[in-house]
Amino acid sequence: MHSVVCIKQVPDSAQIRVHPVTNTIMRQGVPAIINPYDLFALEEALRLKDQLGGTVTVITMGPPMAEAALRKCLSFGADDAILISDRAFAGSDTLATSYALSAAIRKIMEDMQVDLIFTGKQTIDGDTAQVGPGIAKRLDYQLLTYVSKVVEVNPQKKEILVERRAEGGVQLLKTSTPCLITMLEGTNEMRFGDLDDLFRAARHELKVWNREQAGIDEAEMVGLKGSPTVVSKVFAPKPRSKRAEMIEVHDGNPKDLAITLLAKVFTQHPKLEQEIAKRAL
Amino acid sequence: MTEKFDVIVVGAGMAGNAAAYTLAKGGLKVLQIERGETPGSKNVQGAILYADALSKIIPDFRNDAPLERHLIEQRVWVTDENSFVGTHYRSEDFNKEPYNRYTIIRVHFDQWFNKKAREAGVLTICETTVTELLIEDGKVVGVRTDRQGGEVRADAVILADGANSRLAVKAGFQKEIKPENVALAVKEIHFLPQEVIEARFNIGEDEGVAIELAGSISAGMMGTGFLYTNKESITLGVGCMVSDFKENKITPYDLLDKMKAHPSIAPLIAGSEMKEYAAHLIPEGGYNAIPKVFGEGWMIAGDAGQFVNGIHREGSNLAMTTGMLAAQTLVELKAAGKPFTASNLAEYKRKLDDSFVMKDLKKYRRMPDIFHKNKQFFTTYPDLISKAVQSIIRVDGMDKKTKEKEIRKSFVASRSIFGLIGDAFKFWRAVE
Repeated sequence: MHSVVCIKQVPDSAQIRVHPVTNTIMRQGVPAIINPYDLFALEEALRLKDQLGGTVTVITMGPPMAEAALRKCLSFGADDAILISDRAFAGSDTLATSYALSAAIRKIMEDMQVDLIFTGKQTIDGDTAQVGPGIAKRLDYQLLTYVSKVVEVNPQKKEILVERRAEGGVQLLKTSTPCLITMLEGTNEMRFGDLDDLFRAARHELKVWNREQAGIDEAEMVGLKGSPTVVSKVFAPKPRSKRAEMIEVHDGNPKDLAITLLAKVFTQHPKLEQEIAKRAL
Repeated sequence: MTEKFDVIVVGAGMAGNAAAYTLAKGGLKVLQIERGETPGSKNVQGAILYADALSKIIPDFRNDAPLERHLIEQRVWVTDENSFVGTHYRSEDFNKEPYNRYTIIRVHFDQWFNKKAREAGVLTICETTVTELLIEDGKVVGVRTDRQGGEVRADAVILADGANSRLAVKAGFQKEIKPENVALAVKEIHFLPQEVIEARFNIGEDEGVAIELAGSISAGMMGTGFLYTNKESITLGVGCMVSDFKENKITPYDLLDKMKAHPSIAPLIAGSEMKEYAAHLIPEGGYNAIPKVFGEGWMIAGDAGQFVNGIHREGSNLAMTTGMLAAQTLVELKAAGKPFTASNLAEYKRKLDDSFVMKDLKKYRRMPDIFHKNKQFFTTYPDLISKAVQSIIRVDGMDKKTKEKEIRKSFVASRSIFGLIGDAFKFWRAVE
């Protein structure tokens, strides 16, 4: 059972700030993390490896600093890691990214059969959820999106059974392998790798592939040229509401607190008070 | 884990990185274990980098180290509620390369420093906590970590695990740190556009200012405050002895809020956006609090060994220097084919005694105790000095001779003649 897990290094969106003057995102000083959904994808792949044997290969497209994210995946127990990195990839949108990643995965397939490809359901910086399905389409793999758990894989029958979270419930889906799975925040928490894995991760020689090595002959398929998406304007949304007001009450009981609060609301919205008074009668 | 190392360094702060780098450069096989997610992620400092200590380890560090601004001006302010009396020293000499002091942001700096160590051959692993030292027949032979398969053996272990070293306490190498020997400092980083900082502090690109504060900002406790300019932010904080916080029932963040509201500080950070807040313990016990720093197969460096010069706000340079000296001791012993026994490691102590580290700490050995027992240096005197200066400056019809008399009277009324003489003597004893 060989799996490929596609990950992305993203800025920790919980810590991103907008430059007060230029309105651009300030990435400086914001820690880079592995897209959280990708970690659930990796954990699911590692669990299958524990159960059925095989290997887990992690792949990412990004700048050289993405190496740190790959090493972290190795420390969790992934066997191999590939960074596809080339200036030609700069400015790639989801169409170009899925093109580049699927080309690189085809390259991996020259050495081994890839039974499963995992991605996170989406990244927390782009939020598009398009790259995973794009890769599946390009490789002609079955596609399972929004999966919360891989229930069972039968390598003999080439079948896979997963739980997919859908509106109103959980779907149990069965399909044939090879297939691509996009993972939700799963039920399985990321493992704490053992010391051997940590040593291996620190010493592992990462594969770094440029455009040609990743099997992409046509440069115009990736980067800005290969990306029909146009960002026409970037702006910071105005805060929706005013800052919350704190009402300080000393030694007050809940009733006093409620009355103080209501009095405040009613002075600002006199109509509301009339309405409530009318209905109370 | 069957793999064995020459040395295990616990921690990837200033002391740990300096030690690991020096060891690897000396040809030793080094494992460095850091508890944080990345080197520097758990480390908190003001932070000012003293170039001299680092240049002894990495002479060309200025080429690629992430430095914020070099300091060209030092201000020392003694505050009361509404005022400060201060000295400012600014010199164009500090604008000549190589610069002497820089502001840094530790999370960036430590990652750079650790990268240098890894390039030199150190194996660094993060997110791993050393839970205890492996001790056999009274000799440290390795460490146990919280990871599975987590025992690693080595010929020596350098403890660079920071203030309040749990490992040293657990192994019985030192006692629990005492509240009166440790300060709790809180700090915030406030974002401000570069040009605003440069206009507010009257500095050019890359130039920086450091302000050290004493007086009312410590609310009568033994402590000081600081404010440093970074490239696009201002770091400010305040620290006091843990025992004083406890006794006075003051919370550190309240103290910092008060400092930020001080009429001399508020305009400097006006309009800023808080980026980050942090708290940290600083060993302030000085010379007399330094524990045993070496033994059979182990050494202690940096904050873990209480190497902090409180009055001069120096700590990271002592950490780097002690880390380097510990490592040099091991490199020399290894080259001479000598084992890492306690008697051989005593060379580390000799190196420390010969360096500025022990000489400076010894000079100020009485200071912690004297300042601890004489809070008038933090309360009465700042008030008296401020009032005296105001009286002299304010033109209000009173003749100068009467003003001087009033000032003298105010000092005597607060401290008595003998008190003043005694305080002068104590202050001299503290810094002699």
